[in-house]
Amino acid sequence: MHIVDGALSSEVIVTGAVLGVVGVGYGLRKIDIDAMPRVAMMSAVFFVASLIHVPVGPTSAHLIVNGLAGLMLGWAIFPAIFVGLLLQAIFFGFGGITVLGVNTINIALPGFVMWLVISPIIARTDGKMLLMAGFVAGAGAIGLSSMLVGLSLAASGQEFITTAKLVVASHIPVMVVEGILTAAALHLVKKVRPVMLEPAGVLRSAT
Amino acid sequence: MIDGTAVLIPSQSMTTIQRIDPRFRLLAAFFLIITAVTFSSWQPIAILIVIAAILTGFAKPDWPRTVKMVLAMDGFILVMLAMLPFTVSGQPFLTLWGLQASFEGLFQAVLIGLKANATILVLIALVGGMDAIMLGRGLQGLYIPAKLITLFMFTIRYIDVLRREYLRLRLSMRARGFAAGNNRHSWRSIGYLLGMLLVRSHERSERILWAMKCRGYHGHMHFGALPRRQSRDYCFAAAVLILAGFLIGLEVACPPLG
Repeated sequence: MHIVDGALSSEVIVTGAVLGVVGVGYGLRKIDIDAMPRVAMMSAVFFVASLIHVPVGPTSAHLIVNGLAGLMLGWAIFPAIFVGLLLQAIFFGFGGITVLGVNTINIALPGFVMWLVISPIIARTDGKMLLMAGFVAGAGAIGLSSMLVGLSLAASGQEFITTAKLVVASHIPVMVVEGILTAAALHLVKKVRPVMLEPAGVLRSAT
Repeated sequence: MIDGTAVLIPSQSMTTIQRIDPRFRLLAAFFLIITAVTFSSWQPIAILIVIAAILTGFAKPDWPRTVKMVLAMDGFILVMLAMLPFTVSGQPFLTLWGLQASFEGLFQAVLIGLKANATILVLIALVGGMDAIMLGRGLQGLYIPAKLITLFMFTIRYIDVLRREYLRLRLSMRARGFAAGNNRHSWRSIGYLLGMLLVRSHERSERILWAMKCRGYHGHMHFGALPRRQSRDYCFAAAVLILAGFLIGLEVACPPLG
């Protein structure tokens, strides 16, 4: 999902940076003092999740679970993903610096969209419908992300269009796996701690 | 792997680069990377790679790990780079399975590969040796919002805590005979594992909040003041500026690749 430095055109980089600053800035405003440890915990969970490898077909893929992250964090997904990417760039040298904005948007925006669309449904439903909603959130976020990655590549030059198609196609199996995973995770959270799934539930106190 | 002890404890080794003010190092890295990404001829990028590699040798003597990091990144982008000659149209130099590889595409792939390597090496050389506290202080000195830095510092701490939690849960799954395979049961089980991780971390963050409130937490991290800027910091800044000027001159003098 990451794009490295040097591949994108400056227009795409600047657009990504501007959108990234808006998302991160507004997300930070939504985090009040009491919510800070909770948001940090969540961004750490999603960082650790990105180190988990699951078998997908003949290969394995690491988890992204940006759909689940969006449902849990809402607006705060932008700073959470940004912090994760910054950490990877600085301590592992993975990803890039000039593309931080683009990468943040590519991963966080789909999760945020899922939060807007799916989380009102999740608060009300249970059982089969909840699993369906979870699947849609998990698979949809990955699908949107791969499309955004493809779009940023294609907008940088005609020659990347084949690569962009390949990125989208290669993520179809990942979409299925992440969908199932997200549905299962949501099912468990709903059973054990339903308050976390209320709108902006993670940003509020459990008690 | 980020383990708490490695990045949270102030680093003991103080090489020349590590003695330089973190603000200057962060700004220098950012400046050099942005400059390198805009180059269109290969010579200045190659020279930047060599200089960054030499600096890395001084800043981070752990060579095997550094090389592994760089190679991992290169392996990651290899597929994309290998496809470029075939997708860019232009003067063909090779025909493979009916597909034509063009010089233009090859040059573009080389340029992207060089830029990615220059970026990672500059980062490792100038920022890689910093521990988290130093980094936080440096970022704060550059007027990054305090909330973002607080989130950053907390996240670094919790990653280690949660990784341990994850390994514990994973161990208990293994004790019950779970081996991840290619089936729905495995994916669902890992989903439950993730859900459990979320629930436990939510609980834990609650306890942390109360503990922090007892100790007077009111919204952000406190860092000690940065040491006063010294002449060596300005020397470093001047050296970076001269290097950038030299690279830009080279970029103007050399023809663009392709």
